[in-house]
Amino acid sequence: MALTEQTRAEAVELAGRYPQSRSALLPLLHLVQSAEGTVTPDGIALCAEVVGLTTAEVAAVATFYTMYKRHKVGRYHVGVCTNTLCAVLGGDAIWGALSERLGVGHDEVTSDGLISLERIECQAACTHGPVMTANWEFLDDMDVPRALEVVEKLQRGEEVFSTRGPRIGTFQEIERLLAGFDDGLAGEGGKDDRMLAGLSVAKDRGMTAPEGPAESPLAALAQKSEG
Amino acid sequence: MALTPILTAHWDDADSHTIEGYRRHGGYAMVPVSFGVHPDDVIALVKDSGLRGRGGAGFPTGMKWGFVPQNTGRPNYLVVNADESEPGACKDIPLMYNNPHALVEGCIHAAYAIRANWAFIYVRGEVPHVIRRVAAAVREAYAAGFLGSDILGSGYELNIVVHSGAGAYICGEETALLDSLEGRRGQPRLKPPFPAVAGLYGGPTVINNVETIANLPTIVRNGAEWFKQFGTEKSPGFKLFAVSGHVERPGIYEAPLGTTMRELLDYAGGVREGHELKFWIPGGSSVPMLMPEHLDVPLTYEDMAGAGTMLGTGSPMVFDETTSVVRAISRWMHFYKHESCGKCTPCREGTFWLEQMLERFEHGTAEEADIETVDEICKQIAGRSFCALGDAAATPYAPALKYFREEFLAGTHTAASELFDPVASTVFAGAAAR
Repeated sequence: MALTEQTRAEAVELAGRYPQSRSALLPLLHLVQSAEGTVTPDGIALCAEVVGLTTAEVAAVATFYTMYKRHKVGRYHVGVCTNTLCAVLGGDAIWGALSERLGVGHDEVTSDGLISLERIECQAACTHGPVMTANWEFLDDMDVPRALEVVEKLQRGEEVFSTRGPRIGTFQEIERLLAGFDDGLAGEGGKDDRMLAGLSVAKDRGMTAPEGPAESPLAALAQKSEG
Repeated sequence: MALTPILTAHWDDADSHTIEGYRRHGGYAMVPVSFGVHPDDVIALVKDSGLRGRGGAGFPTGMKWGFVPQNTGRPNYLVVNADESEPGACKDIPLMYNNPHALVEGCIHAAYAIRANWAFIYVRGEVPHVIRRVAAAVREAYAAGFLGSDILGSGYELNIVVHSGAGAYICGEETALLDSLEGRRGQPRLKPPFPAVAGLYGGPTVINNVETIANLPTIVRNGAEWFKQFGTEKSPGFKLFAVSGHVERPGIYEAPLGTTMRELLDYAGGVREGHELKFWIPGGSSVPMLMPEHLDVPLTYEDMAGAGTMLGTGSPMVFDETTSVVRAISRWMHFYKHESCGKCTPCREGTFWLEQMLERFEHGTAEEADIETVDEICKQIAGRSFCALGDAAATPYAPALKYFREEFLAGTHTAASELFDPVASTVFAGAAAR
């Protein structure tokens, strides 16, 4: 993959979605990664041209954010949350097992280019800890054997599904989504016990919220001002 | 207090994330109601409801909207902070996963009230599936005529852009978020001017949390009096509590503000079997920890402040007796050092030193004098940076030391992993941890 005329056209389209084109810079850098796999000098130049900045200004932004990679990541970029809660619940053990099995450390890629590893910070999934991600799709409530199984399947090219979403796509496919181009998968993924935990308890115990008034008080106000 | 499924009421519908699922339960029915009154009436309603920001700081939402000047010659903007990243916080992501239309409809009410024609939903980049669902909801709302120009023939125009972040905790800070949304490094701005006066592109801007905005359709539907029957005078309404850690049933529990942690623990099946509560943190890693003796303190903004902590995001993390406090604090210090944006020297340098010193305690190689040195570093950081990240980094240590001084003393000779077997604290303890 490389930057093509289509990439350029899409970059211009993204810039047009905002009142000021510079706002599109983060999406544009995702788009560059979707095309190139990393943030390349050519990609930085494209961003600079489209939003009217210098390449130094774009590079300054690109180097601030951890999701922009200056070295190739794997086809599957695997994250293990090692922030306190997930670490305590088993994230450290999962990290250690994956790193040992793959022979790579933080921010490193296997020699076949398939898997890269990253120690990631809190993913807003603490109720599902210990949490892993593959190309940022959630893999919830993991343990060591399942973590190893996920990675082995990805290495063998087998399908792996997020525990609350679609089949895990490649790094570049996900980057295209993050740039702002839909992939039609919003309907994937089922219901999740932990997100429904409170609702289930409420139903079991017959707890409901009190009903509101028959009519919206604001609607009554509108009628009054009309009358 | 009993659980009150309101925002979560229909999350178990198979199609709860679609516009059909949302409209089946009255979704978008209130849009013409807001449009039928003056925008100031919507602001007055939200002020009257007493709704406070659900992102952590708890600032009164209607008051924030009231600060936005009109007719400045610059456009007004609505920005939704969907950058949920605070360690422990995980309630906005489930909300957007299960019911993104509540957020989209909330944006319509809020933007109409503050007279904005553009709204931006800034979602952290690491949640592609939530980004899919929010973006799909926005597309569905456009197709149904609830977004775009001349919505429902009202003459009012609103455009929503779903924007992905790129991995930076600091962008949850509202002014850093604005810089990031303008295509810059996500570094906080000095306040004042506050965003309400000079925010996105220098225009008057309201920045609200996802859960705050998602409350609006139900407030417009049911009114301020209904809303105020929940919670307390100073903390009205209900809240998504995300209970995580060493409990039997971690998850999302929606209950009135003022519910206690003891009640939430009961709903969550209690501390995991065979273990006991060691400490808990009510609102994310940036707020001081609490102890078992605080289980009956109502979870409100004012009662948590009274207990020396903050309600924060309302995401209690529960740790049992297998957890090393030193390890917990050490890891959070690593986090703050990793996420400090580097703009302010006390935070940039202070978190660098805090991480290294806490690691010494964790490895059992600290000196006794380090206990006071760490405290001193925290005091040098707190209140000396543009934004609250520095303050947050300086927060966890002091209460941890107050309650567990002996563990820090032990850090002068024994590694935390020897005092507390890390395997015992895992959810798969005894099974396959090794």
